[in-house]
Amino acid sequence: MISVNKNAANNNTVKIAIQTADFNLADEVDLLENNNDDDGAVATFSGRVRNNNLGKSVSGLFLEHYPGMTEKSLEKIIEQAQAQWNIGRVTVIHRIGQLLVGDQIVFVGVTSKHRQDAFAACEFIMDYLKVKAPFWKKELSEGVESWLDARQSDEEKAQQWQS
Amino acid sequence: MIKVLFFAALREQLNSEEISLPLDKMVTVEHVIESLVTKNPDWKTAFSHTLLCAINQEMVTKNHTVKSGDEVAFFPPVTGG
Repeated sequence: MISVNKNAANNNTVKIAIQTADFNLADEVDLLENNNDDDGAVATFSGRVRNNNLGKSVSGLFLEHYPGMTEKSLEKIIEQAQAQWNIGRVTVIHRIGQLLVGDQIVFVGVTSKHRQDAFAACEFIMDYLKVKAPFWKKELSEGVESWLDARQSDEEKAQQWQS
Repeated sequence: MIKVLFFAALREQLNSEEISLPLDKMVTVEHVIESLVTKNPDWKTAFSHTLLCAINQEMVTKNHTVKSGDEVAFFPPVTGG
């Protein structure tokens, strides 16, 4: 009985981290799962720096953000997900600063009792992060640094959740 | 007074990340942009691009009102993830 109470107290935990440091996928999954036996589903997404973009080779990225607003906007996105789906724990990690090809950039993890809610909420959080959270990427491509333009396809993907 | 912040490409184009702007009455975001460009005519091009605006760290549209003490931020469409 004590462990049940403990589970209840530990559930619905939200972790938001904006950091220059790398993260470890196994550690993050552990954090979502430990003392959380109510939830059978864990959906995670992780994003990495590609070696190419729009037909050009890429050697690295610089990530800038708006401290304070970033955390607030992620909290709001997670609240929207919690309102739409029956989910347990949520973790969102986004790295900032200088990143190289192959480096991890972003992690979204969601737990729920069943897979449908975990899958949907994970995808929703990622889609909204892409168009709502104040992060900007500056790309180093073939020796030239340039700020990336927002993609219409990301905006359209996020809008699909409203229909 | 309001605090005005600029991020990413816009920050580089303006060569400014934060300025203070006197504000004696309630205005809109559009008015804030007008007064920034009037004070700094060479900022006109940068402000002609598509930009987003946040007041006190919440996204707003350009007809939103701005009052003294607000933190107003301008930035390009976001590209994280």
